[in-house]
Amino acid sequence: MSSASEKATETIKIALVGQPNVGKSALINSVGNARLKVGNFSGVTVKKEEVRFSREGYDFEITDLPGSYSLTDYTIEERVTKQYLDESDYDLILNVVDSTNIERNLYLTTELLSLNKKIVVALNMTDEAVKEGVQIDAQQLGKILGTPCVKTSAVEKTGIDDVIQAIINTYNRRENRFHIQFSEVFEEEITHIVSFLEEKKIKCKISLKALAIKLLREDRETYLRFHEEPIWTELQPIVNKAYQHLYLHYDTKDLDDIFNDEKSALAKGAVAETVKFNKEITQSFTDKIDALLMHQFVGLPIFLFMMWGLFQLTFEVGSIPMDWIDAFFALLIDGTKNFLGETELASVIADGAIAGVGAVVLFLPNIIILFLGIALLETTGYMSRVAFLLDGFFHKFGLHGKSFIPLVSGFGCSVPAYMAARTLKNDRDRLLTLFIIGFMSCGARLPIYVLFVGALFSEEQAGNILFLIYISGALIGVIAAKVLKMTVFKGDDEPFVMEMPKYRLPSFKLIWHTVSAQAMMYLRKAGTYILMASVLIWFASNYPKQVEMDQEYQAKVEQAQTEEAINTLNNELALYKLENSYLGIIGHASEPFFSPLGYDWRMAIALETGLAAKEVVVATLGVLYGLGEEHDEQSRGLIEKIRANISFPAGISFIVFVMIYLPCLAASMVFMREAGGPKYLGYLFVFTTATAWSLSFIAFNLTQMLT
Amino acid sequence: MTLNELQKGQSATVTAVDANRELKNRFSSFGLVKGVLIYTECHSLAKKTMEIRINKTRIALRASEAEKIEVVASE
Ligand SMILES: Nc1nc2c(ncn2[C@@H]2O[C@H](COP(=O)(O)OP(=O)(O)OP(=O)(O)O)[C@@H](O)[C@H]2O)c(=O)[nH]1
Ligand SMILES: [Mg+2]
Repeated sequence: MSSASEKATETIKIALVGQPNVGKSALINSVGNARLKVGNFSGVTVKKEEVRFSREGYDFEITDLPGSYSLTDYTIEERVTKQYLDESDYDLILNVVDSTNIERNLYLTTELLSLNKKIVVALNMTDEAVKEGVQIDAQQLGKILGTPCVKTSAVEKTGIDDVIQAIINTYNRRENRFHIQFSEVFEEEITHIVSFLEEKKIKCKISLKALAIKLLREDRETYLRFHEEPIWTELQPIVNKAYQHLYLHYDTKDLDDIFNDEKSALAKGAVAETVKFNKEITQSFTDKIDALLMHQFVGLPIFLFMMWGLFQLTFEVGSIPMDWIDAFFALLIDGTKNFLGETELASVIADGAIAGVGAVVLFLPNIIILFLGIALLETTGYMSRVAFLLDGFFHKFGLHGKSFIPLVSGFGCSVPAYMAARTLKNDRDRLLTLFIIGFMSCGARLPIYVLFVGALFSEEQAGNILFLIYISGALIGVIAAKVLKMTVFKGDDEPFVMEMPKYRLPSFKLIWHTVSAQAMMYLRKAGTYILMASVLIWFASNYPKQVEMDQEYQAKVEQAQTEEAINTLNNELALYKLENSYLGIIGHASEPFFSPLGYDWRMAIALETGLAAKEVVVATLGVLYGLGEEHDEQSRGLIEKIRANISFPAGISFIVFVMIYLPCLAASMVFMREAGGPKYLGYLFVFTTATAWSLSFIAFNLTQMLT
Repeated sequence: MTLNELQKGQSATVTAVDANRELKNRFSSFGLVKGVLIYTECHSLAKKTMEIRINKTRIALRASEAEKIEVVASE
């Protein structure tokens, strides 16, 4: 190939592999300036994610894979990793290892080494290893494993250049040595098979030794490949004889046992030669905290107290900037109208766009506090503890303890929560979890709650009520799980085995990245999707025009005597126009369905538009209740308008409906994909709507009786 | 005795893992294999779930899984 220009930069394709929670994503964030999600528990990354960057004259294309304890297909995310390694095209593997827990990590490394690919090992968490007195001779370890080992710290950003250099060197290394040494017995059997394959001049993409190991491991693909060929008649006895020898030597017929033994021995041997532990294992920081947080009696109450505190904070602190934002948008609406006059344009901008977007932006402070709480839960290591504490409770309701993790993500947003359910091994458990994630009120529902709670309850109670809403939502979800488990998802319990990470103090930067990314997403949604929806709702609520009515009322107004009478007439007209707009017509059509729950047509419409996105509910209410009240100077803020227009029982019933009904369109699509088809979405729709309706009906009638 | 019978703070050596293939592989990738030393860190209410430590790895498991692990308690 001849090219006139300079030679094109080469692309190095890298598969990022390692056990869960060793800092793979964090390392790539440091190396490639990416913003992958990082958290302190196993199973943060659940689908493969690509990061590209250029350095030292090369293009790097790194695929961040879900963490795997070993190359099995225990859970969906582990299957993703195994499949990628087996089937995709990549130049080398970057194996990230937790230096503080190296023996267990090398277990996976030995498996990777038997794949016979180019590998670079990153000994990550060097900073923690130093603190814990773990001293690793990286050079020596590299010699034993036959592949470069580099010390790194993703948090302190050390060793990053070394990793890049090691990757480039390894990439350019011509041949690929196979370096790991199994036990003597094992090597002997391998050698037998290899020499046979050599004699027969077998050609293979991977080395013959790797092929021999695959044969011994009873690897399906390899068997299928050889099964068809004439050589099999000769090969089979040789492999069989090898098995007999191994069975005899290891005193077991379980091949997995034999391989696990080999891997453990390799890892142990390598650690013995290269790692020094300078400190006695004493009671660690983590142990001390756990003595309290994981205490069998006080552990759960502490968790509940912290949740309660979070919701208090959401309300108390959140409401301070809320007043400013509210005032700001009210000013903006007035300003726009003053500037443009009483025109259609002014109305679509002020009453449509600004009112709708403003209603959503209003709740940004609350959202930030909620996301901050979730980020802390995710990054400190507390998440897995709560999963542990709740496992007994969850188990009673047919849920797996690990379900807790997707369910907590569900409080932020249902979309990643549906994805996070992939960490559940069993399809039934996973489906069950998928079905109840929607019961965990997502961040976008928070504005609706804050609005209604603020309107219906006193300030002192608001935080408690908010806490109650979330808790009862979760409880309803758990009960729903029990019902589903008893009827649809019958079956045995899956084992619950989960690693507990050590506690880590998240850096300010990590928290900032996590929270600001979510806040930006919320704002971006407000500026695009919600903006469009608001304008749409404005049009649907202002058209068709009622010219005749306008004239009729115009005449009446001219005849009216008092200021008061004029106001009444104007309000009457506005209401008439609204009720006969497109939106009014749709709202009235669906009123029979909603009126037993106490909703007027406006609330009905708000719920319906909420199917697109939950933020739209607030935007719709903002537009609808803004319009009819144009002449009422006193009730400015949205909260006051709700208070003036919606009765207490109807409000409560509305909250209950919002807690339970179908998540937004985007989430529903993800649900459909993760659950495995449109029919599941159909089930979810029927299930959630029926539950929402019945419970709202009960709530409405109960509150009506009690008040 | 089996792992779930251990008290909080006790340590023990694993003598056998009697689980199906999948679970056994999972255990062994956590380092839970014959011959290792285990520390019992804590129990949840009614001993339904327990946390153990092997070297530096902390693992949560249910009593129903812990039953499958034979141990000999150390002094
Ligand atoms: N002290 C220290 N902490 C680190 C380092 N690298 C990562 N961490 C922390 O370790 C935790 C796990 O990091 P992740 O990048 O999410 O780990 P992962 O390997 O991608 O995990 P999965 O996606 O679940 O497989 C986070 O709390 C990080 O802040 C490091 O070098 N030093
Ligand atoms: Mg990750």
